[in-house]
Amino acid sequence: MAEENLNKTVLHELHLELGAKMVPFAGYDMPVQYPMGVLKEHLHTREKAGLFDVSHMGQVILRGADVAQAFEVMVPVDVMGLAEGRQRYAFFTNDSGGIEDDLMIANRGDHLFVVVNAACKGADVARMKAALEPRGITVELLEDRALLALQGPGAEAALAALCPAARDMTFMDVATLTIAGAECWVSRSGYTGEDGYEISVPNGAAVDLARVLLEDDSVAPIGLGARDSLRLEAGLCLYGHDISDETTPVEAGLTWAIQKVRRAGGAREGGFPGAARILSDLAQGARVKRVGLAPEGRAPMREGVEIFDSAEGGVPVGRVTSGGFGPTVGAPVAMGYVPAALSAPGTQLWGEVRGKRMPVLVAKLPFVPAGFKR
Amino acid sequence: MKYTEEHEWLLVEGDLVVVGITAHAAEQLGDVVFVELPEPGTEVTKDEEVVVIESVKAASDILAPLDGEIVEVNEAIVADPGKVNEDPEGDAWFFKMKVEDMGALDDLMDEAAYKDFIGA
Repeated sequence: MAEENLNKTVLHELHLELGAKMVPFAGYDMPVQYPMGVLKEHLHTREKAGLFDVSHMGQVILRGADVAQAFEVMVPVDVMGLAEGRQRYAFFTNDSGGIEDDLMIANRGDHLFVVVNAACKGADVARMKAALEPRGITVELLEDRALLALQGPGAEAALAALCPAARDMTFMDVATLTIAGAECWVSRSGYTGEDGYEISVPNGAAVDLARVLLEDDSVAPIGLGARDSLRLEAGLCLYGHDISDETTPVEAGLTWAIQKVRRAGGAREGGFPGAARILSDLAQGARVKRVGLAPEGRAPMREGVEIFDSAEGGVPVGRVTSGGFGPTVGAPVAMGYVPAALSAPGTQLWGEVRGKRMPVLVAKLPFVPAGFKR
Repeated sequence: MKYTEEHEWLLVEGDLVVVGITAHAAEQLGDVVFVELPEPGTEVTKDEEVVVIESVKAASDILAPLDGEIVEVNEAIVADPGKVNEDPEGDAWFFKMKVEDMGALDDLMDEAAYKDFIGA
């Protein structure tokens, strides 16, 4: 891919200055690792704090009368019940109950603030405009703000040193805070399984904020490589891999994100794309389920590895959707889909790696306990 | 020391050839987390896949640099794959082989040619 066709985040030059190895990702030239290397970056984030540039993700403002009510037409999530100053995980579904993207929704008082995946943001904005504009809602994709994620047990101390109010937030709180002189929209969340924050910052202040955070001895810049192994150990889905337009939220084990009010018998039951399929899956259970997979040997089982229920012969019963080496676990870890009857933790299965059946156990997710400040 | 275009180094040790990967290759691979070595006694032909090496990023193969027989493998890097990053051109050798035609080593790159090859 020609480099000049790639988008750059406002932190691009800083990544180069920090010695990052850059790769194309979702149309952006992004840091996959810094000189520390993926393994040490991963461990640093679990032990101290990691700073991630996630500016490639889409930041969208939805504004208009009854915006929460309007948005419930698109997601199987309780948006009307989301309190001001709070954030919630959600996904767009399609008519067959598949997931079109996963996202975060924040109630910021007079509007909703939505963060969507980089690779999906064009389609997501079009989808939101088509569904919401006829209801009088404006959909604005922000181009003037960067997004930083500060993750790890040291994140609170590092951010509170610049803005003590960050300490008062609990998991999934959102607040407008002035940090290093800039108006930041902060949420206490992230996608590594660690405590931490996501910070939306005006483009013009983003590099300064990143530099100030990196001055803290506990904070290191972390690339996409470690972001992937961190979220995998945390059992978090990567869109396009662990969830897609062909997997339903019930199959994916994301039913916790569908609040009672939107389920059968709830006050605002259904009314979102694919409701018939999703509500029936909820009632009857899905045929296949996303599970953790712990290979017994040292060989990683990566995306695409086929899963069998016997040591030889037979047809594949499932497939790995994300897999690799878990630096904190110190062993290979994976996630994938298997038939519901084979989804209990401890179930013995086999994954075929380079033509050989290797034993793998269904494992409880997450592989590493979450460190959220609830 | 001799070098292949697949970033292996070869060192003659008595009548055997010790094979490993170069520091350049180890750096490109990133953190190595898994190594699968052949059984001693395996007969190999040049360019045949003999070793699987997985980094945090991806799986790759190491090819037999010449025709011959694998006579010894380095179990220490199976137990601790991180050694491949720490000392790729020293303790973290992969295997020792008996080569059919030692003269074939002359066709491989020397250090200067390899440095040129990787643009160092």
